[in-house]
Amino acid sequence: MATVELRFSALPEHVRTARLVAAAVARRAGVDEAVLDEVRLAVGEACSRAVGLHASNDIAAPVRVLLIEDEKKFSIEVGDGVPGGAGPAGAHAGGEAEGAAESESEGEDEMGLAVISGLVDDVEVTSDESGGVIRMSWPAASAAIVP
Amino acid sequence: MDLSLSTRTVGDRTVVEVGGEIDVYTAPKLREQLIELVNDGSYHLVVDMERVDFLDSTGLGVLVGGLKRVRAHEGSLRLVCNQERILKIFRVTGLTKVFPIHTSVDEAVSATD
Repeated sequence: MATVELRFSALPEHVRTARLVAAAVARRAGVDEAVLDEVRLAVGEACSRAVGLHASNDIAAPVRVLLIEDEKKFSIEVGDGVPGGAGPAGAHAGGEAEGAAESESEGEDEMGLAVISGLVDDVEVTSDESGGVIRMSWPAASAAIVP
Repeated sequence: MDLSLSTRTVGDRTVVEVGGEIDVYTAPKLREQLIELVNDGSYHLVVDMERVDFLDSTGLGVLVGGLKRVRAHEGSLRLVCNQERILKIFRVTGLTKVFPIHTSVDEAVSATD
């Protein structure tokens, strides 16, 4: 089971909440303070993308965020309910930000993935018949955390 | 935290001071502001991001959209930013090549291509 699981209505105003919760759990898990900004940004990008996918596909289901604390790493999974939505786009998101940026709103989705893949070393984008999932992880030193 | 926006004119430039978080929720507000300025004939914009706490790709998209609009009028859009965590987002997306990024409003206002 995830350490913390968050489900929120696919609305832009809740993405900030997801960022705050993810950063708080990451801090507790022992993720380096210098990396917390990246965690915050990456989870925000993944959630913004999921919110956009739900809106454009008219999906009422909530966006799902799993925050998983392991001994040596902290993982986040952001799941959307759009089959084929995440797809293999993540694989080539890296170098395309400029081109994607040209088309503004349509480009934001690709730019979100570009930001994630530019920031996070360990990232995986998958998709099946139930929807897409972006998995990201960071090293964590779970010892020595004093509340 | 919400987004704060204020504008002022310095010479032939319009300085947009942005504060708070630019994300998927607040970015439309910035987009509207930039569109309004261009519609009102302000084609040389300086976006001061020194008080921005958070910027994501939605915000980047809005800035790129603003750049496209001012360029259609042979204008310019310059950024002011010294915050490493914000600059990093421009770097990972390659947008440092697209936007002139300055260290102060004075420098941005007096800059010419």
